[in-house]
Amino acid sequence: MSNTAEFPLLSLILFTPLVGAIVLLFVRRQSTDMIRWIANVVAGIGFFVSLPLWFWYEPRGTQWQFIERLPWIPSIGADYFLGVDGFSALLVLLTTMMGSIAILSSWTAITERVKEYYVFLLLLQTGMIGAFVALDSLLFFLFWEVMLVPMYFLIGIWGSDRRLYSAIKFFLFTLVGSVVMLLGILAIYFEHQAVTGVYSFDITRFHELSLPVDLQWWVFLALFLGFAVKVPMFPFHTWLPDAHTDAPTAGSVILAAVLLKMGTYGFIRFSLPILPEATVEFVPMIISLSIIGIIYGALVALAQRDWKRLVAYSSVSHMGLVMLGMFALTPVGITGSLIQQFNHGISTGALFLIVGIVYERRHTREISEYGGLSKVMPVYAVIFLIMTLSSIGLPTLNGFIGEILILQGVFVVNKMWAAVAASGIVLGAAYMLWLYQRTMFGNVDNPKNESLPDLNMREVATFVPLLVLAVWIGLYPAPFLRRLESSVTHVMSRVNSVYAPRNVEVGVSGLLMRGQ
Amino acid sequence: MPAGFSAADFFYILPELVLTGGALLVLVVDVLTSRQQRPLLGWLTVGVLLVTTLTLLPFSDANVVVSRGLLAIDGFAFFFKLIFLLTAIVTVLMSSSYIEVEELRAGEYYFLILCATLGMMFMASGIDLVTIFIGLETMAVAFYILTGLLKPNRRSNEAAVKYFLLGAFSLGILLYGMSMLYGLSGTTNLRELATVLATQERSALLIVALILVVGGVGFKIAAVPFHMWAPDVYEGAPTPVTAFLSVGSKAAAFAMLLRIFTEGLPFLAEVWQPMFWVLAVVTMTVGNLAALTQSNIKRMLAYSSIAHAGYVLIGVVANSSRGITALMIYLMLYVFMQLGAFAVVVMLRRHDVVGDELKDLSGLYFRYPVAACAMLFFMLSLGGIPPTAGFMGKFWLFSAAIESGYIWLAVIGVLNSAISLYYYVRVVVFMWMREEVLGSPITASPAMVVALTVALAGAVIFGVYPRPLFELAELSVQSFGGVVAAAEAISYR
Repeated sequence: MSNTAEFPLLSLILFTPLVGAIVLLFVRRQSTDMIRWIANVVAGIGFFVSLPLWFWYEPRGTQWQFIERLPWIPSIGADYFLGVDGFSALLVLLTTMMGSIAILSSWTAITERVKEYYVFLLLLQTGMIGAFVALDSLLFFLFWEVMLVPMYFLIGIWGSDRRLYSAIKFFLFTLVGSVVMLLGILAIYFEHQAVTGVYSFDITRFHELSLPVDLQWWVFLALFLGFAVKVPMFPFHTWLPDAHTDAPTAGSVILAAVLLKMGTYGFIRFSLPILPEATVEFVPMIISLSIIGIIYGALVALAQRDWKRLVAYSSVSHMGLVMLGMFALTPVGITGSLIQQFNHGISTGALFLIVGIVYERRHTREISEYGGLSKVMPVYAVIFLIMTLSSIGLPTLNGFIGEILILQGVFVVNKMWAAVAASGIVLGAAYMLWLYQRTMFGNVDNPKNESLPDLNMREVATFVPLLVLAVWIGLYPAPFLRRLESSVTHVMSRVNSVYAPRNVEVGVSGLLMRGQ
Repeated sequence: MPAGFSAADFFYILPELVLTGGALLVLVVDVLTSRQQRPLLGWLTVGVLLVTTLTLLPFSDANVVVSRGLLAIDGFAFFFKLIFLLTAIVTVLMSSSYIEVEELRAGEYYFLILCATLGMMFMASGIDLVTIFIGLETMAVAFYILTGLLKPNRRSNEAAVKYFLLGAFSLGILLYGMSMLYGLSGTTNLRELATVLATQERSALLIVALILVVGGVGFKIAAVPFHMWAPDVYEGAPTPVTAFLSVGSKAAAFAMLLRIFTEGLPFLAEVWQPMFWVLAVVTMTVGNLAALTQSNIKRMLAYSSIAHAGYVLIGVVANSSRGITALMIYLMLYVFMQLGAFAVVVMLRRHDVVGDELKDLSGLYFRYPVAACAMLFFMLSLGGIPPTAGFMGKFWLFSAAIESGYIWLAVIGVLNSAISLYYYVRVVVFMWMREEVLGSPITASPAMVVALTVALAGAVIFGVYPRPLFELAELSVQSFGGVVAAAEAISYR
């Protein structure tokens, strides 16, 4: 292929954290500062080497870029096959950036078993990057599962109160989903063999298949279980509040910013392009679940007394919006869904960092324990405000761009859905602003809060990239949207092939209206 | 068929002859050496096994029937013999320190291990009911004695008696089934059996014979409902013997199972496939559910081993070349993960600590991080989490099920492996997240280090780069009579 990379950039990005983890294994566990330095430097290098994905990626180029391909297990047709499109390139960048931020944010928060902590974080990093860059579905599954174990340990060892319960819940939920997903992938694999006579796990080949409709239906369900647990969609979301609440700050940040994107990425990479007929058939179900998720997540968030749990439930609501935009099956809706995933990573990641900072100082997450913090921590309050506004979608910040695109994409299909989604956004503003009001404004009632130190330089540094991105996407999203274009076109061409030659918009919406 | 044996017959069983000679040598050397030199005996046994492996290697691509149709020297037998020898080597390596702590008689112990291995090798090669049965008896008798080797330990004695009585009973059932097959067909040769039965009306007696054979074989692989002996025997037997029993004996029983059913009874596939379907589902589910509540590691691993027999049965149910390949790959990978897990348990046995309760693992990570990391890998591998060997094995089994259209079997299988992770992860919780318990320090003998290294290397390398193993297994299956027979049976229908 002409676009095969001369330089194995993706392998470099993929294995930098792994090499870092292996190096850390040989450092004495008592020299904690050295371990912290190494971990931060490795994460920094990891981010640095991923930057070419932004600069060298050709938005007008071929669908898959930076391709690397080596035989892995030839007898079953599995290859070491890496490549990215615009969407996965952005997700890799998000991963390496959030990874560095998470590692930087842990400097003082983690004081026990420091070495193991960073080893697990770096292993997790490799797993996440691997899942985004793998174009071989077996390799994808391998990395997908690799993420489980480090995350289990991060929650189980460094978590709070009910960490063992939350860790095993996270583990088992995700595991059940993903093993069933594996069966779905295998079904595609054998069907591909039956049609073409070639055993292959190549995702790009899968994208050219047209599977029989009844098979698509079952495969969609199998994949749905794997991805929906990860997103998480209502009613598979129950692991998320527990996992988020009990995870250490860095774990929550990674979980919200990157791990949840695995699910939506799976839908975009597998379900929509490989199973277009089933996708259309399942639209009513997924839209319903998404809408329930939006409203339910928001209402439960309103009722939370635990700061971190509130942010966790807001995630359920926001990811519902992402799924709604995707399954509107319009170019605008999908674009909105993709950019909103990136936005959610930034704003929710930041919100978890924000909770983490006061938790580290006060060791409580009860909202009622706080109040008037803007007086003692002004810098903190400003950053929190910007991120709150980003999360509720204020124009000029990133959240707005995603939400408006999603609403627009949904609106042309079904005005009712758009109305419900919009009300979810209003609820979002309610719980976020109320949270802000309760924690930041008013008098400092609690004497324990009177002498809280404001952010130090390291903590500010963790927010700087997120603030820059929030404003950048809010004011000038074009470079991002341009990179997503080819991904959206590709998915749409697959979904549209189902009802060609009718007009795209009318075709989809017409079909969906009849389904009402 | 020739009337007598020729020199060629002896050439083809060279590995078995070497092993027999080696076993006798171990006995003689045991008498000639003093107690202080006993550790050398272990290395001698490993040497015998290594030489046997070397003499086995030239037969990797052989495909002949020797000894008047009693033995098949083919890729299938080769692959299984590799499994047995590898199992025996790792078992012997992990035994030396255990033998000292428990004050076992090393000579007898190693001799019996070699005898059991010899029996297994004949089970894998046998294509005649008589050869298979003799191989099975050789193995079983050795195991009866090995199980009861801890003479002052009541549980060991109880286990041995239980194993012996139930084992003898099940062998009787198996033999009864085999004699019926002989009565119906007039032959004990499996390949002739297949041809004779293909032309016969299917009689009720044949079905009864089939059920009896399934029962007898089911006992040996510890499939539910023939599994009752397994937890007690596994718990009571000396730990290295438990390891050997749960891996080697199980693999040998599967080799026998495939020989009998796919080579001898391919035309009854539509009768025995559903039987094994039910056995597979019940075995993995019951095994996993029972393992959930165990607090003794050996017992937990016993139930987990029952569950694994259930997974492996998926390969039998699929009854395709992919299914048999999957089964063989899985059994090979199982050697590394199961023996590795047992090696860690054996290591915990000190003069003052029995070390087979879950709580004995508490805080292992803080004092012995390498051992804890190894155990973590073995647990994840048994649970089938990538990138460990166990995942690659399960991947083959489930893909074989899907290819042959047993979607629900695959679904039940993957859900079971999700359940199983609960108890595997619990071991990890004890090692990493509990306070450490006191006891005399754990020391790993050089042999134990080698055993753990081999097991860990297998579990890791085949999880990331399984290509050589896959290719060897696929090659070995090509010449397997059972696959050819299965294909013929399908075309015949």
